[in-house]
Amino acid sequence: MIAIVVLSGFGLALVAPAVQRLLPRHAGWLLALLPLGVTVTLARHAMTIADGGVIAQSHAWAPALGVTLSFYLDGLSLLFALLISGIGTLIVIYSGAYLSGHPNLGRFYAYLLAFMASMLGLVLAGNLIAVFIFWELTSLSSYLLIGFEHEREAARKAALQALLVTGIGGLALMAGLVLMALAGNSWELAEMLDRRLNLAGHPFYLAIVILIFAGAFTKSAQTPFHFWLPSAMEGPTPVSAFLHSATMVKGGVYLVLRLTPILGGTAAWQTTLMLVGAVTMILGAWLSLLQTDLKRLLAYSTVNGLGTLMFLTGIGTRTAIIGAVVFLVAHALYKASLFLNAGVVDHETGTRDVRRLGGLYRHLPLIGSAAVLAGLSMAGLAPFWGFIGKELIYEATWQSVGQTSGLLTTAAVAANALLIAATGVLVIKPFFGPVRTVPDGHHPVGPALWLGPLLPAVLGLLCGLLPGWPAQVFITPAVAAVLAQPQDIHLALWHGFTPMLGLTGLTLLLAFGVYRRHAGIRDGSARFALGACGPAAGYEISLNGMMKLAKWQTRFLQSGYLHNYILTLIIATIALVGYTLLRGAPFQLTLPAMDVKLYEGVLAALMLSAAVVTVRAQSRLSAIVAMGVVGYGLALLFIDFGAPDLAMTQFIIETMTVILFVFVIYRLPAYKIISTPRQFARNGVVAVAAGVLMTTLVLVALGVREGSLLSEFFEANSFIKAHGRNIVNVIIVDFRAMDTLGEITVLTLAGAGVYTLLKLRPKEDR
Amino acid sequence: MELVAAIVVGGLFGAAVYLLLWRTPVKLIIGLVLLSNAINLLIFLAAGLTRGKPPIIPEGSLRAAQAVADPLPQALILTAIVISFGVLAFTLVLFSRTFKTLAATHLDEMKTTDS
Amino acid sequence: MTSVILATATRYLMPMLLLFSAFLLFRGHNLPGGGFIGGLVAAATFILHSLVFGVGETRKILRVRPVKLMGLGLLIAMASGLVGVFTRAPFLTGKWYELVLGQGDKWHVGTPVFFDVGVYLVVIGATLIIILSLAEED
Repeated sequence: MIAIVVLSGFGLALVAPAVQRLLPRHAGWLLALLPLGVTVTLARHAMTIADGGVIAQSHAWAPALGVTLSFYLDGLSLLFALLISGIGTLIVIYSGAYLSGHPNLGRFYAYLLAFMASMLGLVLAGNLIAVFIFWELTSLSSYLLIGFEHEREAARKAALQALLVTGIGGLALMAGLVLMALAGNSWELAEMLDRRLNLAGHPFYLAIVILIFAGAFTKSAQTPFHFWLPSAMEGPTPVSAFLHSATMVKGGVYLVLRLTPILGGTAAWQTTLMLVGAVTMILGAWLSLLQTDLKRLLAYSTVNGLGTLMFLTGIGTRTAIIGAVVFLVAHALYKASLFLNAGVVDHETGTRDVRRLGGLYRHLPLIGSAAVLAGLSMAGLAPFWGFIGKELIYEATWQSVGQTSGLLTTAAVAANALLIAATGVLVIKPFFGPVRTVPDGHHPVGPALWLGPLLPAVLGLLCGLLPGWPAQVFITPAVAAVLAQPQDIHLALWHGFTPMLGLTGLTLLLAFGVYRRHAGIRDGSARFALGACGPAAGYEISLNGMMKLAKWQTRFLQSGYLHNYILTLIIATIALVGYTLLRGAPFQLTLPAMDVKLYEGVLAALMLSAAVVTVRAQSRLSAIVAMGVVGYGLALLFIDFGAPDLAMTQFIIETMTVILFVFVIYRLPAYKIISTPRQFARNGVVAVAAGVLMTTLVLVALGVREGSLLSEFFEANSFIKAHGRNIVNVIIVDFRAMDTLGEITVLTLAGAGVYTLLKLRPKEDR
Repeated sequence: MELVAAIVVGGLFGAAVYLLLWRTPVKLIIGLVLLSNAINLLIFLAAGLTRGKPPIIPEGSLRAAQAVADPLPQALILTAIVISFGVLAFTLVLFSRTFKTLAATHLDEMKTTDS
Repeated sequence: MTSVILATATRYLMPMLLLFSAFLLFRGHNLPGGGFIGGLVAAATFILHSLVFGVGETRKILRVRPVKLMGLGLLIAMASGLVGVFTRAPFLTGKWYELVLGQGDKWHVGTPVFFDVGVYLVVIGATLIIILSLAEED
């Protein structure tokens, strides 16, 4: 069941362009049926999971390597999967309207569906290898999505940046997962979770944590890797919404939550998460306040959200984890809505600059209402789901043990105040106040466009009003999965007059103050030009450095002169073989007995002098004749030493080679002395070294020879099993027929190559 | 005899390498031919030399007599000879076409990619 | 190359050489010979013919284009491997059958023989393509 849920997305991605071509107007609605179906299928299992059940399925993949394609559905993965497929449904519908008429819309659907499938695979995978593969697939498909408008350089750069940052993180993650599998002695996530395994005491522990964090922090845009996420805004709006609301950037959060039972509980895990999360949370909120572009503002507020999630996971108490899961859902709902909203605004007015937007509510009432609902949830006001999330965050920081409590609470209040001010900029500026840019009215806002922003926003309100049911069905099982024990969670809007309520009031006051002055703050901080020394600049510098290194290396290694390449190859071979020969076990250079017959000696001398002639000869013809002498000499040696088949072949081939040369030779340029005497001397030294090395090698090889089992087998079975008396031929056509098939294929290719070069030429070239 | 043959292998290798480093195409290709001959002889030799006893099971016998020449390297070399002929032909034709098209006289003139 | 003696000799030698090549091919399983050698002998025969009478004449007596011979050879070699597959053995497993030719005469046929025929044709085809195309070049 789960395999189909995951893989059907890839399947549909393949045919999506065809669907788009056949039904250009309704493809979005039609294709959205799949994510909808996935959502329904998953939702049908919600009750099982809520009762504490777990669905694990396994399919053989590479059994020899112990790799299975196994899936694992528990509360945590179900919640993520539902967010992915549910929001995915809306995004696919929305894309159809948002990009309608785009020539590559079909391809866009394909990327989007593939991305969704990769994400589903990531959160449902039960095997560490599968986790890694789906992880990389999400990086790859998001690369394609961000760079969808590849005609623009900015889009290409942003796509590459996202790929490099998350890709490098992915490599670290792979190393971390491999170490984890070694430490836990299993590749199966489900098995590790079932065993209640905790690796905290293992010698690999620190390395595992560092590597997994490298993967999770790059993916989830934690400081200092947060810079790729705002750049990724170069992708079309549905992409941004999908990437940043429910999915890819939450991959890191998912991984951290998933592995908390296995790796958590130590200072290395919890404190790092808390610190990095806190910094990211505050920085994201601060930077989002400074933006004027709606989408960049949203991107930085997503950085804030991701930071908050890491922060809460780091605190790690029961309240904190509940807070994390509730906030996760709240964030997914309002962020999807707001991104799609920004897309509609851009679509209708042609700008996303808050300074040029205002009073749109009158023209776009549905969209405006969605923005208000989502914005209130983002600001954490009652009676929205976001309010419950924020109260839980405060509760978690307030109740946390030790002296850090005050510090954590301060961080949370500061980040929230900044975020609420940014929300004000996001919602109030474009939709209320004086009208600045009027929609051109060319693009009517149909249901495909308003459904995406409105539905999640309304859901955010409904969940806030009726928190009991979602708490029981979705939140409880997810928290139970992270804490690895059964939970009973009740959420409510009203807790009475608690310190948390006071903190909310304080936050709102601060936020109001910041909002009043936000334009001043923005313009003031713009003067400092912090971008020049931020991590984004670091990325640029290292990328440019890499390019320079590559260029230098290419110039150094790739001279374009064939003889340099050959020289490099030969010297490297001599050096490596010679080194192995010298430092290997003390070999014995046994000189074989000298039982040379006279004609053999003459033959050897003839071959050697012919070889010298090929080198010395000034005329092409005499060189060829000398080459022929070497070849025929070899054939005679074959006769002498019991290889009649070889001898015959060698005779005929040598003859053919000479004929071949005679045909071609006069079309090739004549000899020319280009090399300097020094170069000739250098070549001579290399050649002599190669010759001496080979002679030594053969003599050593002869010393260690102990007969071949293979040959013995052939000699014994050639007639009995293969009905042939000529063992050589039997090996060729029977025992090793597969090799021979490959060899005649090569021969065919060589023939086809010659034919192509000589016979199939463009007419004007003849 | 192995010693003499080993020296022949070394000599052929040395000559082949020297020719490969030449910048005239004909020398380079002759170097290739010598190289494949040298390698074939090397493989043949590495299995040891046995005079005049081809690996053929005599009529009326079920398996080869003791101490026949090793059949395995022979099978390897046989196909190698034919293949290197094919590849050599392709190389020769490729060289002659390229030199004709580019009107080059030696390998160093073929530095740039065609466009 | 228009020596009368050579021309006459070639004309008479041709059939014998071709027969010899087929002989080498089929006896190759038990005595020196086989597809590679037989194919080379056959190719050499046609090349000799082309040297004496010109490539045009050779193509005429060949009737089949060498490219087709080459492809056919590869197909035969692969098909001989499929026999093993159909009897649930790995690809290219040698299978031997006895054909009774009446009066107690038996003939051993095996897929390796067909494989060798494939090799034979590929070698003829490839060699002829190479040499004949080059000979036709201006």
